[in-house]
Amino acid sequence: MTRWPRIRAGLRGAPPAAPPDEATAAALAERMAAAAQTRLGRSLAVCFLDAGSCNGCELEARMLAGAVHDLERYGITLVATPRHADVLLVSGPVTRAMQEPLLRAHEAMAEPKWVVALGDCAIDAGVFKGGYGVLGGVDAAVPVDLSIRGCPPTPGQILDALRALLQANATA
Amino acid sequence: MSEAAALIRAAPALPCAPWPRHLLTAEAWRALAAALPGQPALALLALWADSGHVHALFRDEDTGAILPASVAVAAGAYPALSPARPAAAWFERMILDLWGHAAEGGTDARPWLDHGRWPVQAPLSPRPVPVGGPPEPPGFLPADGPGLHVLPLGPVRGGIAEPAQLRLAVQGELVVRLETRLGWLHKGTLALLRGKSPRAAARFAARLAGDSTVAHAIAFARAAEAASGVAAPPRAAMLRAVMAEIERLAGHLADLASLGQAAGFAPLPALCLPLREALLEAAAAAFGHRLMMDCVVPGGVAAAIAPGGEAAIAAALTRLEAALPALARLHDGSGSLLRRLVGVGVVTPALTRALAAGGVVGRATGRAVDLRRHPGYPPYDGLDVPLPSRQAGDADARVRQRLDELPHAIALLRELLAGPAEGAIGVALPPASGEGIGFAEGYRGDIWHWLRLDGGLIAACFPRDPAWLHWPLAEAAMAGGAVEDLGLVLASFHDSCAGMDL
Repeated sequence: MTRWPRIRAGLRGAPPAAPPDEATAAALAERMAAAAQTRLGRSLAVCFLDAGSCNGCELEARMLAGAVHDLERYGITLVATPRHADVLLVSGPVTRAMQEPLLRAHEAMAEPKWVVALGDCAIDAGVFKGGYGVLGGVDAAVPVDLSIRGCPPTPGQILDALRALLQANATA
Repeated sequence: MSEAAALIRAAPALPCAPWPRHLLTAEAWRALAAALPGQPALALLALWADSGHVHALFRDEDTGAILPASVAVAAGAYPALSPARPAAAWFERMILDLWGHAAEGGTDARPWLDHGRWPVQAPLSPRPVPVGGPPEPPGFLPADGPGLHVLPLGPVRGGIAEPAQLRLAVQGELVVRLETRLGWLHKGTLALLRGKSPRAAARFAARLAGDSTVAHAIAFARAAEAASGVAAPPRAAMLRAVMAEIERLAGHLADLASLGQAAGFAPLPALCLPLREALLEAAAAAFGHRLMMDCVVPGGVAAAIAPGGEAAIAAALTRLEAALPALARLHDGSGSLLRRLVGVGVVTPALTRALAAGGVVGRATGRAVDLRRHPGYPPYDGLDVPLPSRQAGDADARVRQRLDELPHAIALLRELLAGPAEGAIGVALPPASGEGIGFAEGYRGDIWHWLRLDGGLIAACFPRDPAWLHWPLAEAAMAGGAVEDLGLVLASFHDSCAGMDL
């Protein structure tokens, strides 16, 4: 309270305000955007894609949506199309037949996008390495950002990985 | 004995345990194909091949006799069975894709597993042909007619689903025909199995279809044991059955949950998934793996129940049993759910009989089929396995059938766990040469494995997943149905793709 008269006096004698520095404004805007991302970006839309799995990973991924693990409480939602997804969660060794559908799904996603390889097969084709119908791990078709080990990974492990991605997204 | 069965039995028998395999001449095979339309009781369970022969597995539904039959491939072809047995069509397409044997007079010669993306054609034949040129576009059945349009779906179907390409020929809101194209998951598992010991190959058998990993592993192990002339010790058979019944309960609960999801009825998954989770956690405590993958091995089981495992299973069973009345009330007392299920996705008993459907799909049309009862295998041959069935054949009957089977599996598990807990849990397989058939009742239906060992290594093999006979029924069930019921009908069948894409 006691400072206010002094400030007012200082303002009265101050030179007219110069227009704000453009570079500073741009930097601030960037920081604002980052802060907004931290506060508002705590959600992740995940699209699941089976590129050749034995359906073991699907069984465990399906448990995520259930009442026990309930991934929606972390702001993670399963979406039905790659067009709505931030993350493509890919299971299985990529079969030669599924290479093109996987590429098309990846292309359909909006930037920024992440690919998560789910399970040992998705990492390096697992036990199916060398099968004539197998192209390889997911990185043989599209760039992979995060891998989740396990055959199949437990719902807890999948959830931990997705939450780590969420955290990285928020603090990036 | 029927005329067709007599034709098979008259042919010379080759050693194959537990049922000799009859080698028919091309003439006898043709006569068999001609006799089949008049012999509906002779069910075709599987059709597969090796480099020189085509094999069929029949069951005489009147006597229960299992009849394996073979015919030599001459000039790259064999007489087709698909004109007489609709189920043979997909097998014949698969045989052409994998071994290059053509079905003479078959109803459908379009590729099935081979999408033109493999480096070779006929990869399991002695001389695979390198592929040149880009893949041909898939040939779907034509759908021309006034007011008819085609709704293409898949292979990426949205949600957590296995890849399958679906073509719906639609007139307004009604589905005129559903055509399925699978093979997206084909990894070449049969080629990977060849030349491996049964012990090494069991990892692949456990990953044919993750949802039925225990049942497939049991059928595979029993085939390897039959081919080697040994049997798993009683304690191992008992532990296998414990795993199989946990898988059955967990599988039925998962199916009920996905049915609820497909019907837009959230209380069903909300009730079923925590119960399933409790079972999977109990399985992890008892056997070290939630799905019990690699816990069944040829000769026995990998390990006995861990300390505390039996208590964990018992606790999960108590919890499930306490929830059964609520589950039944939820289904029976929810008009909104019943309206979606009753009369939807109907298959007739004549159709399930023609396709020799087992499992929930077969039993929901009154078929008294369950491999645990007939032909029976240890330890079920010493237990009373109840055989509930329903008549309606619609999605509701398949739900009720699953609900009916839950208390029986709980009772069986309790009986198994109360038995004596001593004895060996495995035997070593000798490096034998021989041929064997193994089978197990999975939660989706009957699973059959055939394999031939040469000096203790796999020379040829074929696993028959129940989906081979159930997918065509799901197609038939959609005809005349509403487009909006597609997800619901498919969930009520729950046909795996991985199990038959090999």
